[in-house]
Amino acid sequence: MESFSFPILTLMIFIPIIGMLILAFLKQSQLLAIRTVSTVFSGIPLVLAVILLANYDPGGGFQFVEKVSWIPALNIHYFLGADGISVPMLMLTALLSFISIIASFGITHRAKEYFVFFLLLEVGMMGVFAALDFFLFYVFWEIMLVPMYFLIGIWGGPRKIYAAIKFFLYTLFGSIFMLVGILILYFSSVDPSTGAHIYTLDLTILAQMAQNGNGLFLREGLQLLVWMFFFIAFAIKVPVWPFHTWLPDAHVEAPTAVSVILAGVLLKMGIYGLLRISFPILPYGTDYFSTFLAVLGVIGIIYGALVSMAQKDLKKLVAYSSVSHMGYCLLGMSVFSHFGQEFIVGISGAMFQMISHGLITGALFLLVGVIYDRAHTREIAAFGGLWTKVPVYGSLMTFFCMASLGLPGLSGFISEFLVFVGGFAKYKVLTGIAVLGVVLTAGYFLRMIQKVFLGQFNIKWSDLTEINFREIFTVTPLAILTLLIGIYPKVLSYMIDDTLGDLSNSIINGVNIVKGILG
Amino acid sequence: MPIVAFAVIVLFTRFSEKLSKTISIFAIAYGFVYSTITLFQTLGNPAGFVIDKGFDWLVLGSFTLQIGMYVDGLTVVMLMVVTIVALLVHIYSIGYMKGDPRTSRYFAFLSLFSFSMLGLVLANNFFLIFCFWELVGVSSYFLIGFWYEKKSASDAGKKAFITNRIGDYGFIIGLLLTFFTFGSLAYSDIFGAVHHDPSHFSAGTLAAIGIFLFCGAVGKSAQYPLHVWLPDAMEGPTPVSALIHAATMVAAGVYMVARALAIYHAAPEAGMVVAWVGGITSLMAATIGLVQKDIKRVLAYSTVSQLGYMMMALGLGSFAAGTFHLMTHAFFKACLFLGAGSVIHAVHAQDIFRMGGLSRKMKATSTTFIIASLSISGIFPLSGFWSKDEIIASAEGYLPLLILAIGVAFMTAFYMFRLVFLTFFGEPRDKDAFEHAHESPKVMTWPLIVLAFLSIFAGWVGIPWLPKGFSSFAIDFGHGVHHAEFNFLLAGISTVVALSGIFLAYMIYIRKAIDHVAIGQKFSLAYKFLFNKWYWDEIYDAIVIRPILWFAEFLAKFDKYVIDGLVNFMGKFTLVLSWLHNLFDKYVIDGAVNGTGYTVKGIGWIISRAQTGRLYNYAFIIVLGVVVILIVKLF
Repeated sequence: MESFSFPILTLMIFIPIIGMLILAFLKQSQLLAIRTVSTVFSGIPLVLAVILLANYDPGGGFQFVEKVSWIPALNIHYFLGADGISVPMLMLTALLSFISIIASFGITHRAKEYFVFFLLLEVGMMGVFAALDFFLFYVFWEIMLVPMYFLIGIWGGPRKIYAAIKFFLYTLFGSIFMLVGILILYFSSVDPSTGAHIYTLDLTILAQMAQNGNGLFLREGLQLLVWMFFFIAFAIKVPVWPFHTWLPDAHVEAPTAVSVILAGVLLKMGIYGLLRISFPILPYGTDYFSTFLAVLGVIGIIYGALVSMAQKDLKKLVAYSSVSHMGYCLLGMSVFSHFGQEFIVGISGAMFQMISHGLITGALFLLVGVIYDRAHTREIAAFGGLWTKVPVYGSLMTFFCMASLGLPGLSGFISEFLVFVGGFAKYKVLTGIAVLGVVLTAGYFLRMIQKVFLGQFNIKWSDLTEINFREIFTVTPLAILTLLIGIYPKVLSYMIDDTLGDLSNSIINGVNIVKGILG
Repeated sequence: MPIVAFAVIVLFTRFSEKLSKTISIFAIAYGFVYSTITLFQTLGNPAGFVIDKGFDWLVLGSFTLQIGMYVDGLTVVMLMVVTIVALLVHIYSIGYMKGDPRTSRYFAFLSLFSFSMLGLVLANNFFLIFCFWELVGVSSYFLIGFWYEKKSASDAGKKAFITNRIGDYGFIIGLLLTFFTFGSLAYSDIFGAVHHDPSHFSAGTLAAIGIFLFCGAVGKSAQYPLHVWLPDAMEGPTPVSALIHAATMVAAGVYMVARALAIYHAAPEAGMVVAWVGGITSLMAATIGLVQKDIKRVLAYSTVSQLGYMMMALGLGSFAAGTFHLMTHAFFKACLFLGAGSVIHAVHAQDIFRMGGLSRKMKATSTTFIIASLSISGIFPLSGFWSKDEIIASAEGYLPLLILAIGVAFMTAFYMFRLVFLTFFGEPRDKDAFEHAHESPKVMTWPLIVLAFLSIFAGWVGIPWLPKGFSSFAIDFGHGVHHAEFNFLLAGISTVVALSGIFLAYMIYIRKAIDHVAIGQKFSLAYKFLFNKWYWDEIYDAIVIRPILWFAEFLAKFDKYVIDGLVNFMGKFTLVLSWLHNLFDKYVIDGAVNGTGYTVKGIGWIISRAQTGRLYNYAFIIVLGVVVILIVKLF
């Protein structure tokens, strides 16, 4: 896969912009046209993502590379590429965007702007997962905030302004740290082989530097400082406990499809950032803070699960379950080697968790949206016995709850299991505590299922209608993938195996170099 | 095969009840035929017959997870038990579930269960057994809560699932420990290693592995202290109780311990834990069973007690006794449950004090029920006699457990015949119900007859003098057959004890020579203690469930007021700060802001306070940036 002549990544990122332009010429009232255009222009990136997947070579490092000089004066490039970490994320993003667009057909209030923002959001997300120049990464990272802010702020629930501002400011607060980190990297970057100052933000070169022990990476303290700066930026996005409180607010206020994207894609960017930037570029910091990562992960798992248990609102319950589930990612990725040897079970668990959480929680938010559209409430206690009335809906909800609580045969189980195996290699006690999350998760999901679907039928809902075809259509691909990964995990593992192996080795090597120099 | 049936039923035949039944039964019948073929292959060469096939399921770097199939004598026994009981229960269910609007759903989950159970038995490593372990659990969850409109049913399902998860917590830790000790989860690797060189592993680690794995079995097989879910699980349809909560799924824990017996041999301390937990469970459950009034609850406690018996035998190292009793118990307990189902079907009640005299109306049911009761009580020459006797023999040399085992045998005989006498003999206490009682249809009685037949004869494969008896083909890893010699003295004692139990029940409930109400009043404290199941549910509620819920509420508040409060405070603080700097800022910042054009775009309608806050942030970035550049340059 040396040269894939076709600029597939660029197309994936920018095709939605064409859709935005076409939408701009449509009238607010042409709902059907608006929907069709949005569906088509989010469908094309999905098709491209499938082509990308089909042409991806697991052992080939960065592929589909495009590199042109962008701002020559600052040595900044338009540099795209994909490897085993980004390919699954691009696929997930394309799929969830497409599904969310379809799930948004119910939006009639200022529909045009809504879909314009949605397509812009897709541009930002795709860009983050494909960028290999830190500056470009940062630009996409910030672009994404704008449509998200408006999507929550205009089409949200009662406290939408508060939630939108909180989301925006909180993330921006993190971005400051990232920007500072970027500047430090920029001014201390050197040519990996000669050691001369070059001022670059090329992620591959920065990672090379860590391998050769040049430049900044001689200075232990500074590496730790930069690592911490990036961590704050990414941790807010994940969100890592205790930076998580914007999440429930944003979720509760956001319209359904936005919640899907928020949970399914945006949360993954924090983890992705750590894997793409902090891990390869700052291996010493990564190693130094790995226990810290694991501890925060375990706190997140247990804390998120317990707080979920106390929630009375369906969406908040799912939102806090995300806090809990992202904790698994953190615990998993904190173990990237075992006795100084390559060991990727933990990070693979984090990767599996990212994908499976995207699928499962995306579906859960879609389903919560389905009931909210009909009942106009998400109060768990308001329901009861719904199974009698809506058996198909009930079965789908139960399926995804089971997936989320880690039933074998579905993807959530594999990721949890891998995280536990990985975690146990290094942190016996911490992992032992984390496994408790399995019990707690079962507790809050079963409690929810019981209160909503089982028991005496609540007459109040006797004219509730069953989930319709469009809604089933949106969750079906998610259900199929959840099942597929659960039964045949190789569909995912083959993509990430080599890339993560390289990552693991590069961290081990980078750590050894710094330690060697320090004596 | 049954998984195909499950998928087909779920996706296509929701609306055709008949088709669902046919598919489901066909699938399990196929499983039965195939198991029988395997059985005959095994019989040809009992000791040497082992199939162990697997393939790589997941590869990540140097880490490989295999899944595959493992078949040896023990597997074959389990396969036969599972498929026979499952097939009979499927057939029986046609009659029992007749008229229920959700029959398709019922058969779908029954198929899912059968698939998972067969998978559990056939798994060749601990990872795969755990997967199926969870799947049987979830099918059990759905079937217990099958009549979900009843709060008690959905509560019971939830309780079963969560209690099992607590056990699984230990199981997972056990799996992790196993993996990092042996570098593999495959039976053959682990037991091979333990058997060839036990000294290679520290005794402490092995004991820890044994005890953690046992936690899983404690949950699944409803052992003390996680036994509380099983009696509640009786909320499910009775055939389900027979199949899942008596014969097969609950025996999975016993099966797993039997599989892993090599570990318990190498770590005798863990073995003793198993034995004592089993012993205590069997004693406690038997005492509770003495006073329960609900026909299914008596049987449920009896199941808990008998499972404890098996665990005790295994803990004491007697592989043959534990697994042999597992098999015989599956048949007679399934027979008892299905018989109870037949009675419930006839009188629409579960309280044994409202029954009586039913033997006159229900010949087939009562006859089979009595045969099974004799079998469980351990009367010569029925199945139960042979297996129970082996268990008691295995406790020889451990005096406290031996006494306990004999005591339990006495209580078992008593409560079973209390049940028999109250249900089938004497005068009907509820005339109305009695009038309406009728024998169940053939589709329900025939499975009973087959099971009664097995309750008599299945144990004969284990008669000690047979050259190719049970123990010879349920051979386990390496350490050969551990088979207790037939002990006439113990066999005599246990028979006498059983007979006296039956006699006591007869005196109280038929001859009424002793007034059971009066005894109950005389020892009212003890009676209440037993009737309320030693108050375990209340204890757990007070020391586990409430504190956790309370803590969850507390954390939710903490989250809202403390953590989020801090975030909001920071936000407000920034706003105040920016307001104070407002005048000053205007001159300094405006220029810089113009450079970041896109953020200004479209914020016209945002409330102005937020705008100021954001500008401040941007200013902050830039100032900080300059400072950092200076720092770096200075270094």
